[in-house]
Amino acid sequence: MDVNVKMASSHQAKDYKSDQYVRWCPGCGDHALLNCLYKAMAELDILPHMTAVVSGIGCSSRLPYYMNTYGFHTIHGRGAAVATGVKTAKPELSVWLATGDGDCLAIGGNHFIHAVRRNVDINILLLNNKIYGLTKGQFSPTSDRGFVSKSSPYGTVEDPFHPVELALGARGTFFARCIDVDLANTTEILAHAARHKGTSVVEILQNCVIFNDAIHDNIVDKAWRAERTILLKHGEKMLFGANKDKGLVMDGWQIKDVIIGQNGFTIDDVLVHDATMQDDTLHMKLGLMSPENGLPLALGVIRDVEGPTYDQGVADQIKDVQAKNPVRKLRDYLMAKDVWEVK
Amino acid sequence: MQNTVKIKDVKDIVIRFSGDSGDGMQLTGTIFSNLSAIFGNQISTFPDFPAEIRAPQGTLSGVSGFQVHLGNQIYNSGDKADVLVAMNPAALKVNANFLKKDSVIIIDTDSFSKRDMEKAQFATEDPFVELGLTTQQIISVPVTSLTKSSLEGMEMDMKSRIRSKNMFALGLVCWLFNRPLDVANHMLSAKFAKKPVLVEANLKVLADGFNYGQNTDTTISSYRVETVNVDKGYYLDVNGNTATAYGLIAASENSGKPLFLGSYPITPATDILHELVKFKQLGVKAIQVEDEIAGVCTAIGASFAGSLAATSTSGPGLALKGEAIGLAVMAELPLVVVDVQRGGPSTGLPTKTEQTDLRQALYGRNGESPIVVMAAASPTDCFDMAYWASKIALEHITPVILLTDGYIANGSSAWRIPDLDKYPSIVPHDVSQYKGNEWRSALRDDETMVRYWAEAGLEGYTHRIGGLEKDYTTGAISTDAANHQKMVNVRQAKVDKIADFIPQLELIGGEDADLLVVGWGGTYGHLREAVEKMNDAGQKVALAHFRFISPLPKNTAAVLNKFKKIIVAEQNNGQFVGYLQEKIEGLQISRYNKVEGQPFAVSDLIEAFTKKLGE
Repeated sequence: MDVNVKMASSHQAKDYKSDQYVRWCPGCGDHALLNCLYKAMAELDILPHMTAVVSGIGCSSRLPYYMNTYGFHTIHGRGAAVATGVKTAKPELSVWLATGDGDCLAIGGNHFIHAVRRNVDINILLLNNKIYGLTKGQFSPTSDRGFVSKSSPYGTVEDPFHPVELALGARGTFFARCIDVDLANTTEILAHAARHKGTSVVEILQNCVIFNDAIHDNIVDKAWRAERTILLKHGEKMLFGANKDKGLVMDGWQIKDVIIGQNGFTIDDVLVHDATMQDDTLHMKLGLMSPENGLPLALGVIRDVEGPTYDQGVADQIKDVQAKNPVRKLRDYLMAKDVWEVK
Repeated sequence: MQNTVKIKDVKDIVIRFSGDSGDGMQLTGTIFSNLSAIFGNQISTFPDFPAEIRAPQGTLSGVSGFQVHLGNQIYNSGDKADVLVAMNPAALKVNANFLKKDSVIIIDTDSFSKRDMEKAQFATEDPFVELGLTTQQIISVPVTSLTKSSLEGMEMDMKSRIRSKNMFALGLVCWLFNRPLDVANHMLSAKFAKKPVLVEANLKVLADGFNYGQNTDTTISSYRVETVNVDKGYYLDVNGNTATAYGLIAASENSGKPLFLGSYPITPATDILHELVKFKQLGVKAIQVEDEIAGVCTAIGASFAGSLAATSTSGPGLALKGEAIGLAVMAELPLVVVDVQRGGPSTGLPTKTEQTDLRQALYGRNGESPIVVMAAASPTDCFDMAYWASKIALEHITPVILLTDGYIANGSSAWRIPDLDKYPSIVPHDVSQYKGNEWRSALRDDETMVRYWAEAGLEGYTHRIGGLEKDYTTGAISTDAANHQKMVNVRQAKVDKIADFIPQLELIGGEDADLLVVGWGGTYGHLREAVEKMNDAGQKVALAHFRFISPLPKNTAAVLNKFKKIIVAEQNNGQFVGYLQEKIEGLQISRYNKVEGQPFAVSDLIEAFTKKLGE
């Protein structure tokens, strides 16, 4: 149990809210995420003063101003490095990083993969709207090939990153995905991410009403969301559809969706989600599912495995050396070296 | 053969050990300089490594050297050598231009075969004539074969035996300078404590080298170098990078703030990281991260969380860190950035020394971004300046750039282990200093303009900071025109006011001098020696050497205005002189600039200053 998480909740969502006017565009998905974050923190009962919310640059990176915690709005792409410093210097803090697809995966790609590789115990909220919003509408590293934007009038000629591939490729221990407007699930997933010891990456499919409106609608629209997404829960069958009549099964090395009771498939054939498997092969496959390849997009906690965290490793090394070495002052250290005395 | 030994008394002497980068010349030089320091000499050393880790054996690019200057008043590692130990023809060739006319050259004749000469690109069979070394005394010793026979019968393979030849050379040099072997024996025993065979072999070869000198070579004098009475206390040999690391630790101890270093390997600054990662027992958190930007950004994060935070780098790394340092200016967080300057631009000359990052330090950020800049004057001064940089950062809640350079970072001298209680105290300007009601992140001390630092995790002080302009009163983000002007002025005033808290500029020499020499940072040793030598010769020259650059000491204009003739000597094209002229109106200054990647030569300085005196 974290030292900064108490047993019984004594905080409410409003306790995490700052007095600043929230300046995101009306209808922006960031509003919903922010409210979910307040609720998740209240549910976790994290002490506001033991919480540091760090961000880079971009619309989503304004988030720290709206938190009644310690907040640090840094520079473009470097939030993960700053957050690594905060957490390593003071592991008892609950450290969050608010970042976007451009901030995190373009200019900040290097810091992102290394934070994930080190498994620093921070929670990365990756708000993915597949566009640069604050600079008014350029394609981002998650925009699909051919995407037309102000900086790609003839369409892009490059393939996007899939955040899940990057996170797991960097040996990520936690990856989850949620939809900005799906408040209940998002709140739960954020709380889950905070409980994970190590780098938690939460990809939030977020809508930009101004520059990239409805970019996720082919998935998240209520009319077909139940058919085109699946909410994965550890230990539960992988079922989806409005009537939960569809399931995922293994077909050789591939995942296949089936309708229970058809073509000889029963509920027993349906896979049970194990987020805690060290082997990430199936997590990667689940993470890469999408309606484009005929499968529902996976939501929820896809991967959640234990691993040593960086901040704890740094602290433990100090503790171990100190247990064996009584020297605590520079002068005592120096006097034990090759010194000579002048009398 | 004669058995009388002539002993020459000298004030100071320069010895250069040179060989293949695998020949162990750095170790030989280090041991010799340490034992000389123990013997009572002042020492200053400078290693000169090749940029390549292991260039082909015997080639010119593979030569590695170590120079030590010892005597009774030593300010630098010396210009030209009195004694050269050249382990092969390449070492002889590379150092030929750095020898005094009457110097002594010791060579290993076993390494001067036809093939060795070809590798070093000699055209004739007589290397000395070819290099014009006709006035020097040559001591030819078959070092390799004598080492082999010295170790006859030892449980060692041939390769390891040959590798001990540097100890033979050391023994010979110890004889030449009247150094008893007991201290060297002690040092070698400690160094190879885990390998008793190596201790035995090294001590044997060392003694045989010494005896060889005593028994056979009578053609030259041996030397007695003047010793000096130094302050009582315990001494240690430190180079500038090590001293920088110790200075940061000392500041952490005296301020009560835990030390954090975020860093990325870069020549010639990496040893600061190497040193600080050792200090787990003192609770130092020093981490190597993915790049230069992460180095400074992790430090900024640690500062936000209440650490004395630092990052160490060299010129190219400082360029990468620029934007983040601007964030520390804007967010007003304490931060120490150590830039060990090297030859530039771009990758430049990584292992060589320059003072070409001054303007980058002062101005290398977007916007009006005032910052504190300091420069260390010598290897041991790196300790004091790292301490001062931390003190100013913590007391004025600002980033500080400390400039050192490759010369003082790798050069070493004997350093008296200080009593930290005698250093100026460090009282971080954190919220514990705030005596009013209702703290806000934007509140400042009225006089110093310094805000009250609240580290993340303190109850009652949650706040948000960042790189956006903030309102003077509330600290909330603001694009108001008048407010921005006010904040630009406040940030500048905050740095300017630091002049009230730093030492005054000291004048070395009289106010009636005909010429004032001005320098800054790592050139101090060479400038000081040049000025003293000129004064000894009856020329009236004074020296004003700067360690605090932004802001300048308060008495700068008053000191400089006393002199009609001023010359600023620096290892760049005039970066400091331009800055001085911008800060102090009406100064008539001439310049001495050299950008060769090498330390100044005292003889060149004296020539230039003498010429200036005559104008």
